[in-house]
Amino acid sequence: MQYLEGRKYVVQAIFLTVALVFAARLFYIQVLDGSYKLAADRNTLQRIVQTPYRGLIYDRKGQILVQNTPVYDLMVVPREVKQLDTARFCQLLQLPVEEVRASLKAARAFSRVKASPLVQNLSTPELAAIQDNLIDFPGFSVKARMARSYNTHSMAHALGYVGAITPAFLEKPKFAKYQPGEFLGITGLESYYEDQLMGRRGVQYRMVNVRGIEKGAFRGGEFDTLSVAGQDLHLSLDSELQDYAEKLMAGKRGSVVALDPKTGEILVFVSAPSFDPATLSGKGMGNRYMELLRNPEQPLFNRPLMATYPPGSTFKLVNELVALQMGVVSPQTGFPCNWKLVRCTHRHEYPSNVGIAIKNSCNPYFYQVMRTAVMRGRSTNRFEDARLGLAEWRRQVMKFGLGEKLGVDMGQEKKGLIPSSDFYDKRNGYHHWNFRTVYSLAIGQGEIGITGLQMANIMATIANRGWYITPHFVKGIGQGGPLPQFQQKHTVGIDPIHFDEIIPGMQGVVDGRGGTGGNASLLDVGISVAGKTGTVQNPHGDDHATFAAFAPAEEPKIAIVVFIENAGFGGSSAAPLASLVMEKYLRGKVAPWRHRWEEWLPGPAERFVRHH
Amino acid sequence: MSTSPARYSRSIDWVTVLIYLLMVGVGWLNVYAASYSPDAPANPLSSLGFQELMAFNWFKQILWIGTAVVLIVVLLVIDSKAYDTFAFVLYGGMILLLIVTPFIARPIAGSRSWLELGPVRLQPAEFAKFITALAVSRYMAGINLRQQNFRDQLVLAGLTLLPPLLIIAANETGQALVFGAFLLAYFREGMSPLILLILAAAGAILILALLVPKLWLVGAFTLILAIAFGFNSKLWRHHLPLSLSVWAVVIGMVFGVDFFFNNVLQAHQRKRIEILINPSADPLGVGWNVTQSKIAIGSGGFAGKGFLQGTQTKFDFVPEQSTDFIFCTVGEEWGWAGTMVTIILFMTLLGRIIYVAERQKSVFGRTYGYCVASIIFFHFCVNIGMTIGLAPVVGIPLPFFSYGGSSLWSFTTLLFILLAIDAYRKQDLERY
Repeated sequence: MQYLEGRKYVVQAIFLTVALVFAARLFYIQVLDGSYKLAADRNTLQRIVQTPYRGLIYDRKGQILVQNTPVYDLMVVPREVKQLDTARFCQLLQLPVEEVRASLKAARAFSRVKASPLVQNLSTPELAAIQDNLIDFPGFSVKARMARSYNTHSMAHALGYVGAITPAFLEKPKFAKYQPGEFLGITGLESYYEDQLMGRRGVQYRMVNVRGIEKGAFRGGEFDTLSVAGQDLHLSLDSELQDYAEKLMAGKRGSVVALDPKTGEILVFVSAPSFDPATLSGKGMGNRYMELLRNPEQPLFNRPLMATYPPGSTFKLVNELVALQMGVVSPQTGFPCNWKLVRCTHRHEYPSNVGIAIKNSCNPYFYQVMRTAVMRGRSTNRFEDARLGLAEWRRQVMKFGLGEKLGVDMGQEKKGLIPSSDFYDKRNGYHHWNFRTVYSLAIGQGEIGITGLQMANIMATIANRGWYITPHFVKGIGQGGPLPQFQQKHTVGIDPIHFDEIIPGMQGVVDGRGGTGGNASLLDVGISVAGKTGTVQNPHGDDHATFAAFAPAEEPKIAIVVFIENAGFGGSSAAPLASLVMEKYLRGKVAPWRHRWEEWLPGPAERFVRHH
Repeated sequence: MSTSPARYSRSIDWVTVLIYLLMVGVGWLNVYAASYSPDAPANPLSSLGFQELMAFNWFKQILWIGTAVVLIVVLLVIDSKAYDTFAFVLYGGMILLLIVTPFIARPIAGSRSWLELGPVRLQPAEFAKFITALAVSRYMAGINLRQQNFRDQLVLAGLTLLPPLLIIAANETGQALVFGAFLLAYFREGMSPLILLILAAAGAILILALLVPKLWLVGAFTLILAIAFGFNSKLWRHHLPLSLSVWAVVIGMVFGVDFFFNNVLQAHQRKRIEILINPSADPLGVGWNVTQSKIAIGSGGFAGKGFLQGTQTKFDFVPEQSTDFIFCTVGEEWGWAGTMVTIILFMTLLGRIIYVAERQKSVFGRTYGYCVASIIFFHFCVNIGMTIGLAPVVGIPLPFFSYGGSSLWSFTTLLFILLAIDAYRKQDLERY
């Protein structure tokens, strides 16, 4: 039998082969293939995100505007529901039986052992009504969550709203950290300051067993982080003043923007028609949003930032300043009110200096100012001369923050339009246009678009005699100040001396005899207002009314622009509205004899239009 | 016992005992890890009562190990000639027990194979392994397998197949398959290698038939045959009927796989094989065990997560973690290093058993030794194979590692009867 002994090697070889196969296979799945480690973490690690307390929003005077209030979701763990008395349960919740059954079915489909929401967004009173009885229904529990609530009925456009993140947002890299179902600022300040308001999420890694039941912290909580509450925002908006301005703008379309010229802080920001910010919060928010969206008055449209209009006569001030800086005119320069060049607003005295021109808003005067500034004989070809001149003019004008986004702390802002030479080359053809083509720009009409905010910023710049700070809503974040970009001055390249005649001219508009903005005068309470009216030609209907001003003229504390669509001449509607807001801001109250305007101004804008 | 205990002790193969103790020790550590609960008191042995401790597998395993030591002493004290002498008696008794068991056992997990004696549950099928090994070794000693005595071969086949058939009747297919391992021992004793080859080829064809489109398989096989025919047509013409019938059988097998698969196998067995072929199908259903077991082992990495640090095993992702899937705990907590140590321990034990078997003078001792090696090897193959997705899920334990009294006692008995026979042989040598 000796020859059979060799077979022990065969047997041993079989053993060894299997052992080697196992060793190789184990080396592959344990050492080489990393996917099993990931699968193991997916099995056992549960990432619990703690949503931090969202920052609050205060107004200029420290009054709280936006806060968090708890809302409650009624949760259900289907497996723990025992012999549900459906009739009593539905009576308690005041919901139809079918709806409860459908929700329960959906919850069961999601998970039998994990909690899912049955009814969402219950308010505290709604919760109180059912809470005591909930003990009779095992498997149901209440989960608290924070939702935005508002202490104001105004400022909807500035504040913006908070909503659940949409799938489109989730795909953007900026929102990579967000989970489906989380809430974030969708528009307005809630969106712009999302990072600050949001705070930092806390993350806890928990280990769960095969049934999803928690088994304690992962590695003793080594990787856990605590959530950090969001920072509060302190707005420069004055809640009381804002309410007042919104009330005055009731029934109209248009905007009011007021700035503190020294700081660039936005004091009033009205986009009319407006809505209550609470509309876009809480139960039924989706339906209410759709209603706003379908409203033909477009209340969701953020007019001060998004609506660009030709600025009208108020733009004459910019043109004059640019021409003065170029040195092509002096304050004492006079031009005839030549109606052949362009029709003037009305018959008036001879504009022998800029003050008289501004007071009367003389169209031919400013036609000639701009022509002097543009047509400087750089080329013997008058087409080329217009091209070069317009380019130079545009460079100067854009320094006022026009034709570009100002950079306010809110998305949605539009650039507006300051036309370039290329613009006309493309539209009319190279050397097919001259000054006669673009003269409308001289009086703020034609191919020019400016937002309400930009117009207000021009007023602040004039009030400051040549500089501005980018307008902003937030003057303090948490314990700190505003964002750094809202702390630096921008100069517009106009020497302060050139304002010496412009500002008195603007005072003349309001306080002078026969000035177009006489309705805005606050001289009776000892405040001199420097302003400029404007009437913007509107090819689609009645003209738009504007009034831009700052006060007090000597030591400006507020710069304001009122823009009312289809209200005709700026002096009759926009000017008194602006004066009410300025007086209220500067004195804290309105003189008794002007109270009648508070009753008279609100309402449709059309009634200010004198139809000929 | 005619010799002094000291002399007897010297004749015991202590190397095997040492490997055995190492495996049982390492096995217990893993059973402890698998049944460890972080909620339990820090020092359970002093703070918990006996009844409460009995709720823990690791504690019960201590009792099983303790009784196994008693068992070892008894096995070594019994005159080892008794194993030879009473082999057939034991076999007869065991067959009776296997027949009776399904009638008196309560059904547990779909099979009536567990006998309950007070608090202890025993599975007769576990003990059928060593008793059958004794019986076939005893029978082998009286015949010569090489001489191709058909009657002897038939009796041997009968002895080997009767217990597994009874076990299948009790619905414990996994335990029955173990008896296939005896073929290795018979091979060592002179069984034609053709039988092993044919079985291996049949297995390969069955697996290929499940993996590869059938027509390809038939085509490839026919092509190989035709080419061989062309090379040496004379030889093939001599054996034409044989080669044609082999061809027919193979074709029959290829197409018979479906029939076997759908009609012979039970639903759960069919699924276990489907999972082996396509593990990602139905990962939450039938594939769960295999998927989770691979995740547990695979997540161990090179050095493992550390003792008691396994998450997959601890949080019940792996089912049967202290019994059939104990290897998952080894893999997860000790990593590749740990699984290698386990495999090396098994290889050392198997090598040592073959060494011991080969030094036996008697055919009985040698055959029994090979039976022991083959049975342990089969468990090793199938148990580890199933945890890493190389074998279908068959519910058999990993020797010396898995929790459970029946299995520990049965493997201990299996091994220590061999050591007793070996010790007796040495004493014989010393006597002369």
